[in-house]
Amino acid sequence: MRFRAKIVDLACLNHFSRVINTIAKLAKSCTLRLTVSKLYFILSDRVANGGVSMWCELCQGNFFDEYQMEGVAVDHNEIYLELVPENLSRALKTAQSAKAVKIKLTNKHSPCLRVAVELPSLSSSSRIVTHDIPVKVIPRRLWNDFREPSVPDFDVSIYLPALKTMKSIVERMKNISNCIVIEANLSGEMNLKIETDVVSVTTHFKDLGNPPWASEDGCQSSAQDRDLQSMAEARIDIKKLQQLLVGQQVNPTKALCNIVSKRIVHFVLLHEDVSLQYFIPALA
Amino acid sequence: MKCVIEGGNVKALGHAVHALSRVGDHLYLEPSDAGLSLRAASASRSAFASFFFAPLFFQRYEPGPPGTRCKVLMKSFLGVFRSLPTLDKSVERCLVLLRPCAGQLVLQLHCKHGVTRTHQLAFQECERLQAIFDTQRCASRLRAPAQVLAEAVVHFPQTLAEVTLGAAAGGRIGLRSHLEEGSEPGKAMVTELWLAPDEFQEVAVVPGSCITFCLKEFRGLLSFAEASSLPLTIHYDDPGRPAIFTLDDSLMEAHLVLATLLDPESDSQPPPATNGSISHPPAPSDDFADDLESYMVALGSSACEGEAGEPPSPTFSLHTPRPEKSDPEEEEEEYGAVPGTPPHKKFRSLFFGSVLTPRGPGPAPSQEVLAEDSDAEC
Repeated sequence: MRFRAKIVDLACLNHFSRVINTIAKLAKSCTLRLTVSKLYFILSDRVANGGVSMWCELCQGNFFDEYQMEGVAVDHNEIYLELVPENLSRALKTAQSAKAVKIKLTNKHSPCLRVAVELPSLSSSSRIVTHDIPVKVIPRRLWNDFREPSVPDFDVSIYLPALKTMKSIVERMKNISNCIVIEANLSGEMNLKIETDVVSVTTHFKDLGNPPWASEDGCQSSAQDRDLQSMAEARIDIKKLQQLLVGQQVNPTKALCNIVSKRIVHFVLLHEDVSLQYFIPALA
Repeated sequence: MKCVIEGGNVKALGHAVHALSRVGDHLYLEPSDAGLSLRAASASRSAFASFFFAPLFFQRYEPGPPGTRCKVLMKSFLGVFRSLPTLDKSVERCLVLLRPCAGQLVLQLHCKHGVTRTHQLAFQECERLQAIFDTQRCASRLRAPAQVLAEAVVHFPQTLAEVTLGAAAGGRIGLRSHLEEGSEPGKAMVTELWLAPDEFQEVAVVPGSCITFCLKEFRGLLSFAEASSLPLTIHYDDPGRPAIFTLDDSLMEAHLVLATLLDPESDSQPPPATNGSISHPPAPSDDFADDLESYMVALGSSACEGEAGEPPSPTFSLHTPRPEKSDPEEEEEEYGAVPGTPPHKKFRSLFFGSVLTPRGPGPAPSQEVLAEDSDAEC
């Protein structure tokens, strides 16, 4: 089992750091899955996470100048690691002017991801900072826990409003209530609602547009037959929504959410080379 | 005591107060004819900081009668200098007035646009706060521009309590996170970095030596050093003996004395039985760019490549605290070697040995003083 990768381009490093920062805001601890072509940050929907799950996928070629991965076995050419993304985020934070960043899986006293940052310095040799991030290798028998979640059989799929706007609204709503209702219909309308004993606040969004999902085997039929005005809604923990919005440092190319009425909200945020899916279950 | 600070020096004073605030909860104001001393010590007596300003630092300086001194709650004093950008932009002049007999400690900031802010602070009379330390007794010394050290320290997390500074055989100086005792080795992130000797203005260290000290207080002094663009000198000796950080220019002197961990930093493998050398990661090869692989491999083996400690270099340019004019009839504040440090840490506390006699060449052999007092003149 071997993993070594190197980033030399500053823009790639910056971009990679931003992705890691986003992940760090969403999960205290998560699974990093390494394959030959991709990296995945996975959070599976355990009770400990409050039922939230996350699936983030990156193409390694878009970030790394060098990338070598040898999995646990020839026919299972992948590595699954459990780590604290905040550590990785911190290691990269002060590397923004680096000449090169190398990441390597090592096992001296215990398995670690060693991040070695080569920084420019006034002296003849570069300054090298190494960060040893402890990781746990996840054995193959547990890999099934980390399969890609399927797109749920949603009632409504709708593009999200500008995330910045959504973020500032949700932040203020958070002061009033612990849960928020997201409702949307197939006419491009979305409402964010909170309600307490003394006050209720609703923000209305219009003309958001609904993404066209190709119907595969008619599995989206519940959406297709739906009354265009009818709202699908789910009541979710407002803090989880806020965490998702706060973590977004760059505007995604596409941002949408799929609502399964009263069950789950599935957020999909797509950038050029990174895709992030985030599932927030509805509260009872 | 009455003094007036003008212009850019107000900001320097502000930075000094911020650095002192990282060390202790009380600020000791000790004026003398030689200048004004601001001091602080941590509750556990494992850290001591002193900023000394010569009369020329002030636009006007009247020390007042001898024995004029006080201690103030750090929070109160810091509150006056809380916002450094404001000090820089709007404060033109600062007046400090201390009249213990009249019960007055006044800080008055004269700001732009005719605004004057006057702060009356509550204070207590106190005895002198003086740590005993001697940079001449330190076997190792490093001097570097503040920026180099600040750039090195920035890679360590803000929450990291202690850091280990080590000198490798090739002259390289390394900094490494120190993991708390009792913390599982596989849990915390460990950061390490190496600086080449040519990044320092002076390197006179014992190869293989290393010490572990608190990062928080050091960071405080480092911010001051960066703001004043002064180089910082680190004097250290064996683990357990205090490390002394100094900087100075013609108008002021700053000292930070920190206790260091008594036990050598232990890796999972016991230190090899070399004569006195500490188990220490060997220096990485010189060719950094390409040799990361072997460097990483080399780091893994904790065999010590440092030579046995050479005899410490005997001659150092002496930097001691300017001797205060001490009244022989005054009682010095006496601290025995108080084991006041938190029990789970092996910091030896401390260097506040009791001073019963006027400073002589050395303490009585029976006293446990960790660093001899250096002031010869009284």
